[in-house]
Amino acid sequence: MSETTTPLTPEAGAPSAELPAAPQPPGSGATAAAPRGGRGALVRWALWLLLAVVMFLAPVYLPGQYLTVGTWVMTGAVGAMGLTMLVGQAGQLSLAHSFFLLVGGVSYAVLSGDGSDGFIGLHLPTFVALVLAVAITALVGAAFAPVSGRLSGIYLGVASLSLVFLGWYLARSLPSLAGTTSSGRYVEDLHLFGFYFGEKSPSLYVLDVPIGQNERLWWLFATLTAIAYAVARGAVRGRIGRAWRAVRDNEAAATVMGVSVVRQKAIAFAVSSSYAGLAGVMVVWWYDGLLKPDEAVDSGTYSTSVAIAYLAMVVIGGVGSLGGAILGSAIVFGMPLILPLLTQGDGSGINAVSGTDFSPVVITNLIYGALIVLIIVFEPGGFAGLGRKLTARLRRG
Amino acid sequence: MSILVQVLLNGTGRGAIYALLALGFVIIYKATEVVNFAHGSLALFGGYLTYALKSQVGWYLAALLGVLSAALLAFLLERLILSRAKLASQDSLAILTIGVDIIILTEISRRLGTEAAPFLGDPYQGIRLSILGATVEGPQIVALISAIVLIGAFFVVFRYSSWGLAMRAQSENKEAAALMGIRSSRVTSSAWAVGGALAGIAVLFIATLPIAGGAGLTAAHTIAFAAFPAAILGGLTSPGGAVVGGLTVGLVEAFSQQYINQDFAKVAVYLVMLIVLVARPSGLFGRVEQQRV
Repeated sequence: MSETTTPLTPEAGAPSAELPAAPQPPGSGATAAAPRGGRGALVRWALWLLLAVVMFLAPVYLPGQYLTVGTWVMTGAVGAMGLTMLVGQAGQLSLAHSFFLLVGGVSYAVLSGDGSDGFIGLHLPTFVALVLAVAITALVGAAFAPVSGRLSGIYLGVASLSLVFLGWYLARSLPSLAGTTSSGRYVEDLHLFGFYFGEKSPSLYVLDVPIGQNERLWWLFATLTAIAYAVARGAVRGRIGRAWRAVRDNEAAATVMGVSVVRQKAIAFAVSSSYAGLAGVMVVWWYDGLLKPDEAVDSGTYSTSVAIAYLAMVVIGGVGSLGGAILGSAIVFGMPLILPLLTQGDGSGINAVSGTDFSPVVITNLIYGALIVLIIVFEPGGFAGLGRKLTARLRRG
Repeated sequence: MSILVQVLLNGTGRGAIYALLALGFVIIYKATEVVNFAHGSLALFGGYLTYALKSQVGWYLAALLGVLSAALLAFLLERLILSRAKLASQDSLAILTIGVDIIILTEISRRLGTEAAPFLGDPYQGIRLSILGATVEGPQIVALISAIVLIGAFFVVFRYSSWGLAMRAQSENKEAAALMGIRSSRVTSSAWAVGGALAGIAVLFIATLPIAGGAGLTAAHTIAFAAFPAAILGGLTSPGGAVVGGLTVGLVEAFSQQYINQDFAKVAVYLVMLIVLVARPSGLFGRVEQQRV
């Protein structure tokens, strides 16, 4: 089977009610269509190895603020990979991604917290808490099945939006679980085999650079992103991915072929939300262990605007493309953090601007809003689609 | 007793505003099958223009210009952007409107800045009426009256004019309508303009003290979010459903605000929508989509 799995119905086929069905999967541009085995595979492995070395050494050369930008982008990338599978592969519009982030974050806080200061905490080892938090989020996603199985398209999108409102309300009204909106609650970073990722006064040095919290989180987040990418790629290319695309392209035809539509939709939601759950835990770590519910339902870490931002990442990158999800996150999550660093040299400007200035957040919002419009009008495949066209043209010579 | 009357009146007043928004939503959906996520931004745009102009040309002319500008913006949106994305599916077009929404919302919030939130309902801000021991605030009375007049007018036009006939024909079957000589572009762009105008009218009542509280114009976009459940609950294809949905949302919100709490009111609206959708996936009065294999 070739690397580019074709959807069941040809692309230019009957007017489909689904999202732009980008042919799958992405891989890294030029290498994606290379033949298996032989030199192509060797080159591909060499590139992956190079990427791994670069990611490992980055903390040594990059200053701390740039590392936090990178870790934030990786957080977004993990979440966006989950959403792009749901929207692009399984064809289900979801505006609930920020809700599943919240579920992941709260689960981790409750499972790993030590139960002091009036917060509920089970004081489990942090790694166990991480795994369970992801599992719980997957279950919550699967529990949405009665709704997701019955609805499709835009009705499902708006129905899932109600989860964000529900999560916002629950987080505010259960401060013993989620912390209060004013001070939140703190939980530990990951302890793994005696290695503490929240280390503030490090004794570990690599090439004379102290490996503190920023550096350690970079490694951790890069590893998690790589695992998430590998698992997602496996799912998309395998049996599950084929079933999802069958459901996406035509529910009735999928049923006829023996695919259980309701079950596949539930699985898609579960997989997608487990990614969001992992991203939610990463969000808590990124904020130095702080979990804090939002003040308002339309702005904040778990708000409707974040749900929309995730959708923007997916669309900008190319709906259904995993590589595109990472690129989308770099634009939507990376830009507001990197702009002030590049222009002023420190991160203090992020929230310092007020009033009617063109702050980095304003600029980013304008850019990604415009990108969404331009992409849907001109290039429904997003950046992944552009990349595919470009490599195809280069190969033709 | 007077509390109950008060809650009913508040709910109906707010419901009228939601009905205006939801009706605009449904008109746009019926004509183009696009769920317009930029509806809140259209309202915000009209409101901002009214606010910017009212000190120079007076409230009434400013309000008129605000409404017209919202209609014009919606019209241009359809003509310049949506009609060009011919290959995109319904869902993609909905996402496209999200992109438009982000741009307009970002720019207008930037212009409004962090200064005190502007209010719009100048002529009726101070009016109060007492009914059965309950007080109704001016904006709600005017909103209710305007909604009744406008929605009534819409139904008359929709039923008896050639525009309404063309609209109905097109939402029934686009190709057949085109074959019968209906100009699809004219119908769709006019539907967008009407939807935009309704949003521009609704904002005149939203950005008032009793509705937006301390948040003024900036609340318009948030409040317009409640038009989603209103439109979906009634069924995206049914103008009558939009009115029922709007009133339902208004009343659910008012009752849960009074008897549970402020936060829960925002969720309750969505929960009601969710329950309706599970029972009837196309809303209360929506047409059930049929699929041919």
